Amino acid sequence: MTPKLELKRVSYSYHSMEGETPALSAISFTADAGSYIAIVGPSGCGKSTLLSLLSGLARPDEGEILLDGKPLEQAKDTIGYMLQKDHLFEWRSILSNVSLGLEIRKRMDPDDLLYLKEMLKTYGLEDFQDKRPSQLSGGMRQRAALIRTLALRPDLLLLDEPFSALDYQTRLSVCDDISSIIRKTKKTAILVTHDLSEAISVADRIVILSARPARVKKVLDLSFSSPSEPGYAQRSGGKGAGSTATAAGASAALPAMSPMERRNALEFSYYFNLLWKELRTDDTGSGSAD
Amino acid sequence: MTQVPDLQTKHQPASNKQHARTIQAVSLDMAIDISPAQRDFIENQLLHKHQVATTRAMLLVLFLSFWELAARFSWIDSFISSSPTAIFRYFCSMARDGSLFVHTGITLLETIFSFFLVILISLGTALLLWACRALSEVLEPYLVMLNSLPKSAMAPLLIVWLGNDMKTIIVAAVSVALFGSILTLHTGFSQTDPDKVKLIYSLGGTKWDVLSKVLLPSSIPLIVSNMKVNIGLCLVGVIIGEFLSSRAGLGYLITYGSQTFQMTLVVTSIVVLCIISALLYQMIALVEKRVL
Repeated sequence: MTPKLELKRVSYSYHSMEGETPALSAISFTADAGSYIAIVGPSGCGKSTLLSLLSGLARPDEGEILLDGKPLEQAKDTIGYMLQKDHLFEWRSILSNVSLGLEIRKRMDPDDLLYLKEMLKTYGLEDFQDKRPSQLSGGMRQRAALIRTLALRPDLLLLDEPFSALDYQTRLSVCDDISSIIRKTKKTAILVTHDLSEAISVADRIVILSARPARVKKVLDLSFSSPSEPGYAQRSGGKGAGSTATAAGASAALPAMSPMERRNALEFSYYFNLLWKELRTDDTGSGSAD
Repeated sequence: MTQVPDLQTKHQPASNKQHARTIQAVSLDMAIDISPAQRDFIENQLLHKHQVATTRAMLLVLFLSFWELAARFSWIDSFISSSPTAIFRYFCSMARDGSLFVHTGITLLETIFSFFLVILISLGTALLLWACRALSEVLEPYLVMLNSLPKSAMAPLLIVWLGNDMKTIIVAAVSVALFGSILTLHTGFSQTDPDKVKLIYSLGGTKWDVLSKVLLPSSIPLIVSNMKVNIGLCLVGVIIGEFLSSRAGLGYLITYGSQTFQMTLVVTSIVVLCIISALLYQMIALVEKRVL
Protein backbone atom coordinates (compact mmCIF):
# COMPACT_ATOMS: atom_id res chain seq x y z
CA MET A 1 0.00 0.00 0.00
CA THR A 2 1.37 3.41 -0.93
CA PRO A 3 1.66 5.64 2.08
CA LYS A 4 -0.39 8.86 2.05
CA LEU A 5 2.74 10.93 2.35
CA GLU A 6 6.33 10.00 1.72
CA LEU A 7 9.44 12.13 2.16
CA LYS A 8 12.61 10.92 0.50
CA ARG A 9 15.84 12.56 1.65
CA VAL A 10 14.41 16.07 1.62
CA SER A 11 16.94 18.89 2.13
CA TYR A 12 16.44 22.62 2.27
CA SER A 13 18.65 25.65 2.94
CA TYR A 14 17.98 29.33 3.47
CA HIS A 15 20.07 31.77 1.51
CA SER A 16 21.06 35.28 2.48
CA MET A 17 23.94 37.62 1.73
CA GLU A 18 25.59 36.46 4.95
CA GLY A 19 25.67 32.92 3.69
CA GLU A 20 23.76 29.70 3.43
CA THR A 21 21.92 28.24 6.41
CA PRO A 22 21.08 24.59 6.00
CA ALA A 23 17.71 23.97 7.65
CA LEU A 24 16.80 20.41 6.75
CA SER A 25 19.12 17.62 5.82
CA ALA A 26 17.95 14.38 4.22
CA ILE A 27 14.62 14.08 6.01
CA SER A 28 12.79 10.85 5.27
CA PHE A 29 9.62 9.46 6.81
CA THR A 30 6.21 8.21 5.76
CA ALA A 31 2.67 8.75 6.93
CA ASP A 32 -0.08 6.22 6.32
CA ALA A 33 -3.53 7.37 5.32
CA GLY A 34 -5.55 8.39 8.35
CA SER A 35 -2.57 8.48 10.68
CA TYR A 36 -1.54 11.29 12.94
CA ILE A 37 2.14 12.20 12.88
CA ALA A 38 3.78 14.58 15.31
CA ILE A 39 7.09 16.24 14.56
CA VAL A 40 9.10 17.37 17.57
CA GLY A 41 12.54 18.87 17.88
CA PRO A 42 14.48 21.66 19.52
CA SER A 43 13.19 25.14 18.77
CA GLY A 44 14.50 26.68 15.59
CA CYS A 45 15.40 23.31 14.14
CA GLY A 46 13.37 23.72 11.00
CA LYS A 47 10.03 22.17 11.92
CA SER A 48 8.03 24.99 10.37
CA THR A 49 10.26 24.94 7.31
CA LEU A 50 9.33 21.31 6.88
CA LEU A 51 5.63 22.23 6.89
CA SER A 52 6.22 24.98 4.33
CA LEU A 53 7.76 22.35 2.07
CA LEU A 54 4.90 19.91 2.70
CA SER A 55 2.33 22.58 1.90
CA GLY A 56 4.05 23.42 -1.35
CA LEU A 57 4.76 27.03 -0.32
CA ALA A 58 8.46 26.27 -0.75
CA ARG A 59 10.28 23.62 -2.75
CA PRO A 60 12.97 21.30 -1.42
CA ASP A 61 16.51 21.80 -2.71
CA GLU A 62 16.99 18.06 -2.89
CA GLY A 63 14.83 15.01 -2.41
CA GLU A 64 11.22 14.27 -3.15
CA ILE A 65 7.88 14.64 -1.45
CA LEU A 66 5.25 12.20 -2.66
CA LEU A 67 1.55 12.47 -1.90
CA ASP A 68 -0.33 9.28 -2.75
CA GLY A 69 2.77 8.25 -4.68
CA LYS A 70 2.62 11.33 -6.90
CA PRO A 71 4.84 14.42 -6.76
CA LEU A 72 3.47 17.07 -4.43
CA GLU A 73 2.93 19.71 -7.12
CA GLN A 74 0.16 17.66 -8.68
CA ALA A 75 -1.82 17.32 -5.48
CA LYS A 76 -1.36 20.64 -3.73
CA ASP A 77 -5.11 21.27 -3.58
CA THR A 78 -5.65 18.39 -1.20
CA ILE A 79 -3.50 19.89 1.53
CA GLY A 80 -4.86 22.00 4.38
CA TYR A 81 -2.47 24.13 6.39
CA MET A 82 -3.30 25.43 9.85
CA LEU A 83 -0.98 28.14 11.06
CA GLN A 84 0.26 28.87 14.55
CA LYS A 85 -2.20 31.67 15.19
CA ASP A 86 -5.77 31.58 13.97
CA HIS A 87 -5.35 34.69 11.79
CA LEU A 88 -9.08 35.23 11.58
CA PHE A 89 -9.70 38.58 9.90
CA GLU A 90 -11.31 41.08 12.21
CA TRP A 91 -13.04 42.82 9.29
CA ARG A 92 -14.95 39.66 8.39
CA SER A 93 -17.65 37.80 10.26
CA ILE A 94 -16.92 34.25 11.39
CA LEU A 95 -18.94 32.81 8.51
CA SER A 96 -17.05 34.83 5.94
CA ASN A 97 -13.78 34.00 7.68
CA VAL A 98 -14.34 30.26 7.51
CA SER A 99 -15.41 30.52 3.88
CA LEU A 100 -12.24 32.41 2.93
CA GLY A 101 -10.65 29.36 1.33
CA LEU A 102 -13.77 28.58 -0.71
CA GLU A 103 -13.93 32.22 -1.78
CA ILE A 104 -10.31 32.18 -2.93
CA ARG A 105 -10.74 28.95 -4.86
CA LYS A 106 -14.06 30.20 -6.25
CA ARG A 107 -15.96 27.23 -4.86
CA MET A 108 -18.77 29.03 -3.07
CA ASP A 109 -21.36 26.59 -4.37
CA PRO A 110 -24.38 25.58 -2.25
CA ASP A 111 -22.94 22.14 -1.61
CA ASP A 112 -19.73 23.45 -0.03
CA LEU A 113 -21.59 26.14 1.87
CA LEU A 114 -23.90 23.54 3.33
CA TYR A 115 -20.88 21.51 4.41
CA LEU A 116 -19.48 24.64 6.03
CA LYS A 117 -22.68 25.35 7.93
CA GLU A 118 -22.84 21.77 9.11
CA MET A 119 -19.32 22.03 10.47
CA LEU A 120 -20.16 25.28 12.24
CA LYS A 121 -23.09 23.52 13.81
CA THR A 122 -21.17 20.39 14.76
CA TYR A 123 -18.35 22.34 16.34
CA GLY A 124 -20.58 24.68 18.28
CA LEU A 125 -20.06 27.87 16.33
CA GLU A 126 -23.46 28.10 14.66
CA ASP A 127 -24.66 30.90 16.90
CA PHE A 128 -21.48 32.84 16.34
CA GLN A 129 -21.34 32.85 12.55
CA ASP A 130 -22.29 36.52 12.30
CA LYS A 131 -20.00 37.60 15.13
CA ARG A 132 -16.58 39.15 14.75
CA PRO A 133 -13.51 37.08 15.69
CA SER A 134 -12.75 39.29 18.71
CA GLN A 135 -16.07 38.26 20.24
CA LEU A 136 -14.98 34.62 20.41
CA SER A 137 -12.83 32.83 22.98
CA GLY A 138 -9.39 31.55 22.05
CA GLY A 139 -10.63 27.99 21.76
CA MET A 140 -13.54 28.95 19.54
CA ARG A 141 -11.26 30.97 17.30
CA GLN A 142 -8.98 27.98 16.89
CA ARG A 143 -11.98 25.82 15.98
CA ALA A 144 -13.04 28.44 13.43
CA ALA A 145 -9.53 28.32 11.96
CA LEU A 146 -9.82 24.53 11.72
CA ILE A 147 -13.18 24.80 9.95
CA ARG A 148 -11.63 27.29 7.51
CA THR A 149 -8.99 24.68 6.73
CA LEU A 150 -11.42 21.74 6.58
CA ALA A 151 -13.83 23.63 4.31
CA LEU A 152 -11.58 22.84 1.36
CA ARG A 153 -11.89 19.13 2.20
CA PRO A 154 -8.18 18.42 2.42
CA ASP A 155 -6.83 14.85 2.65
CA LEU A 156 -3.71 15.94 4.43
CA LEU A 157 -3.74 18.41 7.31
CA LEU A 158 -0.65 20.31 8.33
CA LEU A 159 -0.75 21.82 11.80
CA ASP A 160 1.94 24.27 12.81
CA GLU A 161 1.83 24.46 16.61
CA PRO A 162 -1.84 25.35 16.36
CA PHE A 163 -2.33 25.48 20.13
CA SER A 164 0.78 27.34 21.17
CA ALA A 165 -0.88 30.76 21.22
CA LEU A 166 -3.43 29.60 23.79
CA ASP A 167 -3.13 29.59 27.56
CA TYR A 168 -2.44 26.22 29.12
CA GLN A 169 -5.99 25.29 30.19
CA THR A 170 -7.56 26.30 26.89
CA ARG A 171 -4.73 24.57 25.15
CA LEU A 172 -5.48 21.23 26.75
CA SER A 173 -9.15 21.34 25.93
CA VAL A 174 -8.70 22.72 22.41
CA CYS A 175 -6.05 20.13 21.66
CA ASP A 176 -8.48 17.47 22.86
CA ASP A 177 -11.26 19.01 20.83
CA ILE A 178 -9.44 19.49 17.57
CA SER A 179 -7.63 16.19 17.67
CA SER A 180 -10.86 14.30 18.06
CA ILE A 181 -12.34 16.27 15.16
CA ILE A 182 -9.39 15.27 13.02
CA ARG A 183 -9.69 11.66 14.16
CA LYS A 184 -13.38 11.59 13.40
CA THR A 185 -12.96 13.00 9.92
CA LYS A 186 -10.20 10.41 9.30
CA LYS A 187 -7.75 12.94 7.92
CA THR A 188 -4.06 12.32 7.73
CA ALA A 189 -2.46 14.93 9.95
CA ILE A 190 1.05 16.21 10.48
CA LEU A 191 1.42 18.18 13.70
CA VAL A 192 4.50 20.25 14.44
CA THR A 193 4.90 20.98 18.12
CA HIS A 194 7.51 21.69 20.75
CA ASP A 195 5.26 20.34 23.48
CA LEU A 196 6.26 16.73 24.08
CA SER A 197 3.19 15.81 26.06
CA GLU A 198 0.98 17.22 23.34
CA ALA A 199 2.78 15.09 20.75
CA ILE A 200 2.39 11.94 22.83
CA SER A 201 -1.24 12.63 23.61
CA VAL A 202 -2.34 12.90 19.99
CA ALA A 203 0.03 11.12 17.62
CA ASP A 204 0.39 7.61 16.22
CA ARG A 205 3.95 8.28 15.25
CA ILE A 206 6.45 10.83 16.43
CA VAL A 207 9.29 12.01 14.24
CA ILE A 208 12.11 13.42 16.36
CA LEU A 209 14.34 15.95 14.65
CA SER A 210 17.82 17.00 15.69
CA ALA A 211 19.03 20.59 16.08
CA ARG A 212 19.65 22.53 12.89
CA PRO A 213 20.28 21.37 10.27
CA ALA A 214 17.48 18.99 11.16
CA ARG A 215 17.95 15.29 10.59
CA VAL A 216 15.52 12.58 11.61
CA LYS A 217 16.93 11.32 14.89
CA LYS A 218 14.32 8.74 15.56
CA VAL A 219 10.85 7.72 14.48
CA LEU A 220 8.75 6.52 17.36
CA ASP A 221 5.51 4.59 16.88
CA LEU A 222 3.12 4.93 19.76
CA SER A 223 0.57 2.49 20.98
CA PHE A 224 -1.59 2.71 24.01
CA SER A 225 -3.34 -0.14 25.67
CA SER A 226 -6.30 0.92 27.66
CA PRO A 227 -6.89 -1.50 30.48
CA SER A 228 -9.84 0.47 31.77
CA GLU A 229 -11.89 0.08 28.63
CA PRO A 230 -11.07 -2.90 26.46
CA GLY A 231 -13.61 -1.82 23.85
CA TYR A 232 -11.36 0.85 22.41
CA ALA A 233 -9.82 -1.21 19.69
CA GLN A 234 -13.17 -2.03 18.12
CA ARG A 235 -14.52 1.44 18.39
CA SER A 236 -12.03 3.18 16.20
CA GLY A 237 -12.11 0.98 13.12
CA GLY A 238 -9.62 3.27 11.35
CA LYS A 239 -7.36 1.32 9.06
CA GLY A 240 -3.65 1.71 8.84
CA ALA A 241 -3.34 3.94 11.85
CA GLY A 242 -0.53 2.96 14.16
CA SER A 243 -0.03 -0.26 12.27
CA THR A 244 3.68 -0.43 12.83
CA ALA A 245 3.35 -0.25 16.56
CA THR A 246 6.39 -1.58 18.31
CA ALA A 247 7.01 0.21 21.54
CA ALA A 248 5.88 -0.55 25.05
CA GLY A 249 4.89 -4.06 24.25
CA ALA A 250 1.29 -3.13 23.90
CA SER A 251 -1.27 -5.04 21.95
CA ALA A 252 -2.56 -3.62 18.68
CA ALA A 253 -4.66 -1.03 20.42
CA LEU A 254 -5.83 1.55 17.94
CA PRO A 255 -5.44 5.17 18.92
CA ALA A 256 -9.01 5.99 19.70
CA MET A 257 -8.21 7.28 23.14
CA SER A 258 -8.74 10.96 23.51
CA PRO A 259 -5.65 13.05 24.25
CA MET A 260 -6.91 13.48 27.81
CA GLU A 261 -7.22 9.75 28.32
CA ARG A 262 -3.79 9.21 26.89
CA ARG A 263 -2.29 11.65 29.35
CA ASN A 264 -3.57 9.38 32.10
CA ALA A 265 -2.46 6.13 30.45
CA LEU A 266 0.40 4.08 31.81
CA GLU A 267 2.51 4.40 28.69
CA PHE A 268 2.43 8.16 28.72
CA SER A 269 5.33 8.74 31.08
CA TYR A 270 7.32 5.97 29.44
CA TYR A 271 7.07 7.73 26.07
CA PHE A 272 7.67 11.08 27.66
CA ASN A 273 10.95 9.91 29.19
CA LEU A 274 11.96 8.30 25.93
CA LEU A 275 11.38 11.51 24.00
CA TRP A 276 12.98 13.63 26.66
CA LYS A 277 16.15 11.54 26.63
CA GLU A 278 16.23 11.44 22.87
CA LEU A 279 16.07 15.22 22.65
CA ARG A 280 18.51 15.75 25.52
CA THR A 281 21.25 13.64 23.95
CA ASP A 282 21.68 16.17 21.20
CA ASP A 283 24.90 16.11 19.22
CA THR A 284 26.58 18.80 21.25
CA GLY A 285 24.76 18.07 24.45
CA SER A 286 23.73 21.71 24.66
CA GLY A 287 20.42 21.36 22.87
CA SER A 288 17.52 21.55 25.21
CA ALA A 289 14.31 19.65 24.96
CA ASP A 290 12.45 22.89 24.65
CA MET B 1 -26.05 65.58 40.95
CA THR B 2 -28.18 63.04 39.24
CA GLN B 3 -25.56 61.44 37.02
CA VAL B 4 -25.03 57.90 38.07
CA PRO B 5 -23.29 55.48 35.75
CA ASP B 6 -24.29 52.07 34.53
CA LEU B 7 -21.84 49.36 35.42
CA GLN B 8 -20.00 49.27 32.14
CA THR B 9 -18.63 52.76 32.48
CA LYS B 10 -16.61 51.74 35.50
CA HIS B 11 -13.37 53.68 35.70
CA GLN B 12 -13.60 55.00 32.19
CA PRO B 13 -13.77 58.70 31.69
CA ALA B 14 -17.08 59.54 30.06
CA SER B 15 -15.78 60.22 26.61
CA ASN B 16 -18.39 62.56 25.21
CA LYS B 17 -21.63 64.33 25.90
CA GLN B 18 -23.70 61.58 24.38
CA HIS B 19 -22.02 59.15 26.68
CA ALA B 20 -22.80 61.27 29.68
CA ARG B 21 -26.42 61.39 28.61
CA THR B 22 -26.56 57.61 28.28
CA ILE B 23 -25.23 57.41 31.77
CA GLN B 24 -28.09 59.53 33.01
CA ALA B 25 -30.66 57.64 31.03
CA VAL B 26 -29.59 54.11 31.81
CA SER B 27 -28.66 54.58 35.38
CA LEU B 28 -31.76 55.62 37.24
CA ASP B 29 -32.91 52.09 37.91
CA MET B 30 -29.40 50.90 38.70
CA ALA B 31 -28.59 53.68 41.11
CA ILE B 32 -28.61 51.34 44.07
CA ASP B 33 -25.78 49.24 42.63
CA ILE B 34 -23.34 52.12 42.46
CA SER B 35 -20.81 52.50 45.22
CA PRO B 36 -20.17 56.02 46.55
CA ALA B 37 -16.58 55.83 45.31
CA GLN B 38 -17.74 55.07 41.80
CA ARG B 39 -20.24 57.91 41.96
CA ASP B 40 -17.51 60.31 43.06
CA PHE B 41 -15.30 59.11 40.27
CA ILE B 42 -17.96 59.76 37.63
CA GLU B 43 -18.85 63.14 39.09
CA ASN B 44 -15.21 64.16 39.05
CA GLN B 45 -14.82 63.09 35.46
CA LEU B 46 -17.88 65.05 34.36
CA LEU B 47 -16.81 68.09 36.34
CA HIS B 48 -13.39 67.95 34.74
CA LYS B 49 -14.87 67.77 31.24
CA HIS B 50 -17.13 70.67 32.03
CA GLN B 51 -14.22 72.76 33.25
CA VAL B 52 -12.17 72.05 30.15
CA ALA B 53 -15.03 73.10 27.87
CA THR B 54 -15.70 76.30 29.83
CA THR B 55 -12.04 77.30 29.92
CA ARG B 56 -11.79 76.66 26.20
CA ALA B 57 -14.71 78.98 25.43
CA MET B 58 -13.51 81.59 27.92
CA LEU B 59 -10.09 81.68 26.28
CA LEU B 60 -11.63 82.57 22.92
CA VAL B 61 -13.94 85.21 24.41
CA LEU B 62 -11.07 86.76 26.37
CA PHE B 63 -8.80 86.84 23.35
CA LEU B 64 -11.46 88.45 21.15
CA SER B 65 -12.49 91.04 23.71
CA PHE B 66 -8.89 91.97 24.49
CA TRP B 67 -8.23 92.38 20.77
CA GLU B 68 -11.33 94.51 20.37
CA LEU B 69 -10.51 96.71 23.38
CA ALA B 70 -6.91 97.11 22.30
CA ALA B 71 -8.09 98.31 18.90
CA ARG B 72 -10.74 100.64 20.35
CA PHE B 73 -8.39 102.30 22.83
CA SER B 74 -5.62 102.48 20.23
CA TRP B 75 -3.22 100.30 22.23
CA ILE B 76 -2.53 98.70 18.90
CA ASP B 77 -2.86 100.16 15.42
CA SER B 78 -6.21 98.93 14.19
CA PHE B 79 -5.22 99.78 10.63
CA ILE B 80 -2.72 96.93 10.52
CA SER B 81 -4.18 94.63 13.16
CA SER B 82 -7.89 95.08 12.36
CA SER B 83 -10.47 94.20 15.03
CA PRO B 84 -13.08 91.49 15.65
CA THR B 85 -16.03 93.80 14.99
CA ALA B 86 -14.46 95.11 11.79
CA ILE B 87 -13.85 91.52 10.67
CA PHE B 88 -17.42 90.58 11.50
CA ARG B 89 -18.80 93.58 9.56
CA TYR B 90 -16.57 92.78 6.58
CA PHE B 91 -17.64 89.15 6.74
CA CYS B 92 -21.32 90.18 6.63
CA SER B 93 -20.88 92.54 3.73
CA MET B 94 -18.94 89.92 1.78
CA ALA B 95 -21.70 87.44 2.49
CA ARG B 96 -24.31 89.93 1.25
CA ASP B 97 -22.61 90.68 -2.06
CA GLY B 98 -21.84 86.97 -2.50
CA SER B 99 -18.10 87.39 -2.99
CA LEU B 100 -17.44 85.38 0.17
CA PHE B 101 -19.13 82.32 -1.31
CA VAL B 102 -17.45 82.67 -4.70
CA HIS B 103 -13.93 82.80 -3.26
CA THR B 104 -14.53 80.19 -0.57
CA GLY B 105 -16.23 77.94 -3.11
CA ILE B 106 -13.30 78.12 -5.51
CA THR B 107 -10.76 77.34 -2.79
CA LEU B 108 -12.92 74.47 -1.54
CA LEU B 109 -13.40 73.09 -5.04
CA GLU B 110 -9.68 73.19 -5.76
CA THR B 111 -8.89 71.57 -2.42
CA ILE B 112 -11.39 68.74 -2.79
CA PHE B 113 -10.42 68.08 -6.39
CA SER B 114 -6.73 67.91 -5.58
CA PHE B 115 -7.49 65.80 -2.50
CA PHE B 116 -9.21 63.14 -4.59
CA LEU B 117 -6.38 63.24 -7.12
CA VAL B 118 -3.84 62.73 -4.33
CA ILE B 119 -5.80 59.80 -2.88
CA LEU B 120 -6.18 58.10 -6.25
CA ILE B 121 -2.63 58.61 -7.47
CA SER B 122 -0.96 57.77 -4.17
CA LEU B 123 -3.06 54.62 -3.63
CA GLY B 124 -2.35 53.47 -7.17
CA THR B 125 1.36 54.19 -6.93
CA ALA B 126 1.74 52.63 -3.48
CA LEU B 127 -0.01 49.46 -4.70
CA LEU B 128 2.24 49.33 -7.75
CA LEU B 129 5.32 49.72 -5.55
CA TRP B 130 4.02 46.96 -3.27
CA ALA B 131 3.36 44.63 -6.20
CA CYS B 132 6.75 45.23 -7.75
CA ARG B 133 9.56 45.28 -5.22
CA ALA B 134 12.28 46.07 -7.74
CA LEU B 135 10.41 49.20 -8.82
CA SER B 136 10.07 50.40 -5.23
CA GLU B 137 13.78 49.87 -4.64
CA VAL B 138 14.65 51.82 -7.77
CA LEU B 139 12.31 54.73 -7.02
CA GLU B 140 12.78 55.04 -3.26
CA PRO B 141 15.57 57.68 -3.18
CA TYR B 142 13.71 59.80 -5.72
CA LEU B 143 10.50 59.67 -3.74
CA VAL B 144 12.30 60.61 -0.53
CA MET B 145 13.96 63.53 -2.31
CA LEU B 146 10.73 64.77 -3.89
CA ASN B 147 8.99 64.46 -0.53
CA SER B 148 11.51 66.65 1.28
CA LEU B 149 11.74 69.22 -1.51
CA PRO B 150 9.84 72.41 -0.57
CA LYS B 151 7.10 72.35 -3.17
CA SER B 152 6.57 76.13 -3.11
CA ALA B 153 9.99 76.36 -4.76
CA MET B 154 8.50 74.68 -7.80
CA ALA B 155 5.47 76.94 -8.05
CA PRO B 156 7.06 79.61 -10.29
CA LEU B 157 8.12 76.82 -12.64
CA LEU B 158 4.57 75.45 -12.68
CA ILE B 159 3.18 78.85 -13.67
CA VAL B 160 5.54 78.99 -16.65
CA TRP B 161 4.73 75.44 -17.65
CA LEU B 162 1.01 75.32 -17.06
CA GLY B 163 -0.12 78.94 -17.27
CA ASN B 164 -1.79 81.27 -14.85
CA ASP B 165 -4.90 79.26 -14.01
CA MET B 166 -6.57 76.63 -11.88
CA LYS B 167 -4.49 73.82 -13.40
CA THR B 168 -1.37 75.27 -11.77
CA ILE B 169 -3.07 75.54 -8.40
CA ILE B 170 -4.27 71.96 -8.46
CA VAL B 171 -0.90 70.62 -9.58
CA ALA B 172 0.76 72.65 -6.81
CA ALA B 173 -1.65 71.26 -4.23
CA VAL B 174 -1.23 67.69 -5.46
CA SER B 175 2.56 68.00 -5.41
CA VAL B 176 2.52 69.17 -1.79
CA ALA B 177 0.65 66.12 -0.52
CA LEU B 178 1.43 63.38 -3.03
CA PHE B 179 4.91 62.12 -2.24
CA GLY B 180 4.50 61.94 1.50
CA SER B 181 1.25 60.12 0.96
CA ILE B 182 2.86 57.56 -1.35
CA LEU B 183 5.67 56.93 1.13
CA THR B 184 3.29 56.54 4.08
CA LEU B 185 1.01 54.13 2.23
CA HIS B 186 3.90 52.13 0.80
CA THR B 187 5.48 51.73 4.23
CA GLY B 188 2.15 50.64 5.67
CA PHE B 189 1.52 48.17 2.85
CA SER B 190 4.92 46.55 3.21
CA GLN B 191 4.25 45.97 6.91
CA THR B 192 1.28 43.70 6.24
CA ASP B 193 1.43 40.69 8.57
CA PRO B 194 3.47 38.09 6.64
CA ASP B 195 1.56 35.27 8.35
CA LYS B 196 -1.75 36.56 7.01
CA VAL B 197 -0.17 36.63 3.55
CA LYS B 198 1.06 33.07 4.09
CA LEU B 199 -2.47 32.06 5.08
CA ILE B 200 -3.83 33.32 1.75
CA TYR B 201 -1.15 31.44 -0.17
CA SER B 202 -1.74 28.29 1.89
CA LEU B 203 -5.42 28.45 0.92
CA GLY B 204 -4.34 28.49 -2.70
CA GLY B 205 -4.62 32.24 -3.24
CA THR B 206 -2.71 34.49 -5.59
CA LYS B 207 -1.12 37.91 -5.14
CA TRP B 208 -4.45 39.41 -6.18
CA ASP B 209 -6.17 37.59 -3.30
CA VAL B 210 -3.54 38.93 -0.91
CA LEU B 211 -4.26 42.43 -2.19
CA SER B 212 -8.04 42.25 -2.08
CA LYS B 213 -8.53 40.09 1.02
CA VAL B 214 -5.70 41.14 3.33
CA LEU B 215 -3.81 44.21 2.20
CA LEU B 216 -6.66 46.62 1.44
CA PRO B 217 -9.04 45.66 4.27
CA SER B 218 -6.25 45.73 6.85
CA SER B 219 -5.00 49.08 5.56
CA ILE B 220 -8.27 50.98 5.87
CA PRO B 221 -7.29 52.68 9.16
CA LEU B 222 -3.99 53.70 7.57
CA ILE B 223 -5.70 55.03 4.45
CA VAL B 224 -8.16 57.09 6.49
CA SER B 225 -5.48 58.59 8.73
CA ASN B 226 -3.49 59.34 5.60
CA MET B 227 -6.57 61.16 4.23
CA LYS B 228 -6.66 63.33 7.34
CA VAL B 229 -3.12 64.49 6.71
CA ASN B 230 -3.71 64.96 3.00
CA ILE B 231 -6.79 67.16 3.26
CA GLY B 232 -4.76 69.65 5.32
CA LEU B 233 -1.78 69.50 2.99
CA CYS B 234 -3.99 70.01 -0.07
CA LEU B 235 -5.39 73.16 1.48
CA VAL B 236 -1.84 74.38 2.08
CA GLY B 237 -0.96 73.61 -1.53
CA VAL B 238 -4.05 75.39 -2.87
CA ILE B 239 -3.27 78.55 -0.89
CA ILE B 240 0.36 78.51 -2.10
CA GLY B 241 -0.94 78.16 -5.65
CA GLU B 242 -3.47 80.96 -5.21
CA PHE B 243 -0.81 83.27 -3.78
CA LEU B 244 1.13 82.95 -7.00
CA SER B 245 -1.38 82.65 -9.76
CA SER B 246 -5.07 83.28 -9.51
CA ARG B 247 -7.87 85.76 -9.79
CA ALA B 248 -10.12 84.14 -7.21
CA GLY B 249 -10.00 82.12 -4.01
CA LEU B 250 -9.09 82.83 -0.41
CA GLY B 251 -5.36 82.77 -1.19
CA TYR B 252 -5.97 85.43 -3.84
CA LEU B 253 -7.97 87.55 -1.35
CA ILE B 254 -5.10 87.35 1.13
CA THR B 255 -2.43 88.51 -1.36
CA TYR B 256 -4.79 91.12 -2.82
CA GLY B 257 -5.64 92.42 0.67
CA SER B 258 -2.02 92.67 1.73
CA GLN B 259 -0.99 94.44 -1.46
CA THR B 260 -3.78 97.02 -1.10
CA PHE B 261 -3.28 97.24 2.66
CA GLN B 262 -6.78 96.01 3.59
CA MET B 263 -5.80 94.04 6.65
CA THR B 264 -9.42 93.37 7.56
CA LEU B 265 -9.82 91.51 4.27
CA VAL B 266 -6.67 89.48 4.98
CA VAL B 267 -7.77 88.53 8.48
CA THR B 268 -11.33 87.76 7.39
CA SER B 269 -9.98 85.39 4.71
CA ILE B 270 -7.77 83.70 7.29
CA VAL B 271 -10.75 83.26 9.62
CA VAL B 272 -12.75 81.68 6.78
CA LEU B 273 -9.77 79.42 6.03
CA CYS B 274 -9.71 78.31 9.68
CA ILE B 275 -13.37 77.42 9.48
CA ILE B 276 -13.15 75.43 6.25
CA SER B 277 -10.04 73.55 7.32
CA ALA B 278 -11.84 72.52 10.50
CA LEU B 279 -14.90 71.49 8.46
CA LEU B 280 -12.85 69.45 5.99
CA TYR B 281 -11.10 67.68 8.85
CA GLN B 282 -14.44 66.92 10.47
CA MET B 283 -15.67 65.46 7.19
CA ILE B 284 -12.82 62.94 7.16
CA ALA B 285 -13.41 62.22 10.84
CA LEU B 286 -17.01 61.42 9.92
CA VAL B 287 -15.84 59.06 7.18
CA GLU B 288 -13.53 57.48 9.74
CA LYS B 289 -16.41 56.85 12.11
CA ARG B 290 -18.39 55.22 9.32
CA VAL B 291 -15.73 52.80 8.15
CA LEU B 292 -13.90 51.89 11.36
